[in-house]
Amino acid sequence: MGKSPALSGVHFMLGDVAVAEGAIAAGCTFFGGYPITPSTEVAERMALRLPQIGGIFMQMEDELASIAAVLGASWGGRKSMTATSGPGFSLMMESIGLAVMTETPAVICNVQRGAPSTGLPTLVAQGDMMQARWGSHGHYQIIALVPWSPQECFDLTVRAFNLAERYRTPVLIMADAEVAHLTERVVIPPAGEIEIWPRKRPTLPPGPGALDLDETLVAPMPAAGEGYRLMVESLTHDDRGYPDTTATTHRQLVQRLNDKIYRDRFALYDQVERVIDDAEVVVVSYGISARISARAVEIARARGIKAGLLRLRTVWPFPEERIGELSKRLAGFVVAELNLGQVSREVERVAVDGCSVATCGNAGGDILHPKEILEAIIAVDQGLAPSRSSKLARV
Amino acid sequence: MKTVHEDGATEERQLVTDAPPELQSPIDWALRTDRLPHIWCPGCGIGTAVVAFVEAVKEAGISLDNLSVVSGIGCTGRVAGYLDCDSFHTTHGRAIPFATGLHAANPELKVVVFSGDGDLTAIGGNHLIHAARRNVDITVICVNNFVYGMTGGQGGPTTQTGAKTSTTPFGNIDQPFNLARLAEGAGATYVSRWTVLDLGRLRRSMVEALTHRGFSFVEVVSPCPVYYGRRNRLGEAVDELRYYRENTLVVPAASVDEVDIGELGGEIKVGRFVDIEKPTLEERIAGLALELAPESKSTGGHDG
Ligand SMILES: Cc1ncc(C[n+]2csc(CCOP(=O)(O)OP(=O)(O)O)c2C)c(N)n1
Ligand code: SF4
Ligand SMILES: [Mg+2]
Repeated sequence: MGKSPALSGVHFMLGDVAVAEGAIAAGCTFFGGYPITPSTEVAERMALRLPQIGGIFMQMEDELASIAAVLGASWGGRKSMTATSGPGFSLMMESIGLAVMTETPAVICNVQRGAPSTGLPTLVAQGDMMQARWGSHGHYQIIALVPWSPQECFDLTVRAFNLAERYRTPVLIMADAEVAHLTERVVIPPAGEIEIWPRKRPTLPPGPGALDLDETLVAPMPAAGEGYRLMVESLTHDDRGYPDTTATTHRQLVQRLNDKIYRDRFALYDQVERVIDDAEVVVVSYGISARISARAVEIARARGIKAGLLRLRTVWPFPEERIGELSKRLAGFVVAELNLGQVSREVERVAVDGCSVATCGNAGGDILHPKEILEAIIAVDQGLAPSRSSKLARV
Repeated sequence: MKTVHEDGATEERQLVTDAPPELQSPIDWALRTDRLPHIWCPGCGIGTAVVAFVEAVKEAGISLDNLSVVSGIGCTGRVAGYLDCDSFHTTHGRAIPFATGLHAANPELKVVVFSGDGDLTAIGGNHLIHAARRNVDITVICVNNFVYGMTGGQGGPTTQTGAKTSTTPFGNIDQPFNLARLAEGAGATYVSRWTVLDLGRLRRSMVEALTHRGFSFVEVVSPCPVYYGRRNRLGEAVDELRYYRENTLVVPAASVDEVDIGELGGEIKVGRFVDIEKPTLEERIAGLALELAPESKSTGGHDG
């Protein structure tokens, strides 16, 4: 193939467009989607760009079809993605499980908006974070990345494709309506400087051993039509892909699917910490809420409160070791998010007794105000927020 | 060997993998024989549909290395997994869009969807009409046993009026699809219907479908003696086949409007109803790429 389709250079770019450009830079050549605010611009950008670079854009009949086509295209040998928002994300859940079970690389971008149901189509929320973690049936690990700027929409989409290929798993980009609709400076590096992890391909010709697992717990993945006589199976299956609906095989398979990701969690964790070393109160946040949290932490510092920021760029898997370790010496955490307490439950789960965890959130519709987060910081700093143990004692 | 169905039902079967040559089937070459015996009940028509299909694949000169078979969920949904090609057992209803993505990604593949009437026309019905509309260059083989076999014989969108199923205990008060008409109306460029009794015609029709350029839809009317046959007093499997023999009407040139089979105990009208040429989805994708990619043009778009 000729020159890279990456739009290297400095741009003034919409978050949604940066997701699309990140995908293209990562080598995505298939997009299947269905319009939905506030993610539609990802599809529109792909509709414009993909046909010009040998890629395929397909507007499907619904999100059930979109995700199914994406998985099919992935087995056709293409890096594939879709983008949606809450209602469409809900429709995709069953096939996200199919991708987990059949170990099919795919990238799904959810630009979160106010919910439940049709909710607030044009307004922001971060209420799908737990759905991202547990939305499909069964017990599985998922990788979910959260950008806080158009630049990160680009960077994390590239990373999402890399992780999807390395772990042969669906990877979620959990953007929000604010970040996706911001237009900011986006620097796209020269193609040679963008790190791309290729799909793990078989090194042996079709035959015994060609698709065996190795110590990574991830088997090589050929495409359809290469003679490997693939067995891609949604039922519980053995290592050949043959259905074997017994408890023993089921436990082995589900354990491995979990392990291949959870075992590698330290490589997946990705958080940015600001003024944490001497902090007594740490704000844990992500996406648009983290931008506001950064301001709140600045104001707190100016007032002499030892506040810090831990911004999650990978929310799932959740950095439980780091949060747990911090909890031992902090007065407490403030979790700032546009829901009524989702990631805060994770923080509560891993924080030691005596470390307080305050949720600063709303149900969506508007971003947080730095003042609200500042008030939560002050409350935790002054010991006014409930500690984890006292909170538990109340229930 | 014990087999556990998706719905939890279990079955005991004798392993016949090491059958002597005279007991081996002439289609073994295309099967994952190490997976036999299959799960289908004695007298079920799905196996016959598979025999016709394998012979058609051979006759059409399709290599198993280049063949992808995508199934949804159901008794018929198990077909993909028994074939020694690239086999995809997906989720209930989504075989067609999965196959659409697969074939769009690599149009060199021969992609076939093999699934049941409930899978393709109830939960997956929307995908069926849209794939037909797009004239995606895939073949859809729909085993129509008028019932949801896998889950124990519930009624669905093909269940004939008046028929008893576990969810229509007083007889079906609904009216079923005429699948040929549905497919044609949505834009399918090849549409046929045969019963599993007429193996020769079924095979020939599958060859036509496999070599057809564009969206081909083959409806295979097939007995589910265990649920549909028994409840509707159609007798044993052989009685159902006898019924097919006595009541099948070959109407090759009939309009799809005239080939409704929604009446229990009525005529089963079969034939090749549509066979036309139209540009396929894949041709249109390739055409656009060609139009957009003159040598001189840069690959970049514009910002924002
Ligand atoms: C989303 C979802 N809903 C329901 C089911 C249960 N289910 C499995 S197969 C099936 C019906 C299959 O009927 P059909 O497609 O006609 O296939 P047959 O078994 O008759 O060959 C149903 C309802 C499922 N697996 N997934
Ligand atoms: S339940 Fe019906 S369709 Fe399913 S295998 Fe048995 S006879 Fe065939
Ligand atoms: Mg059926």
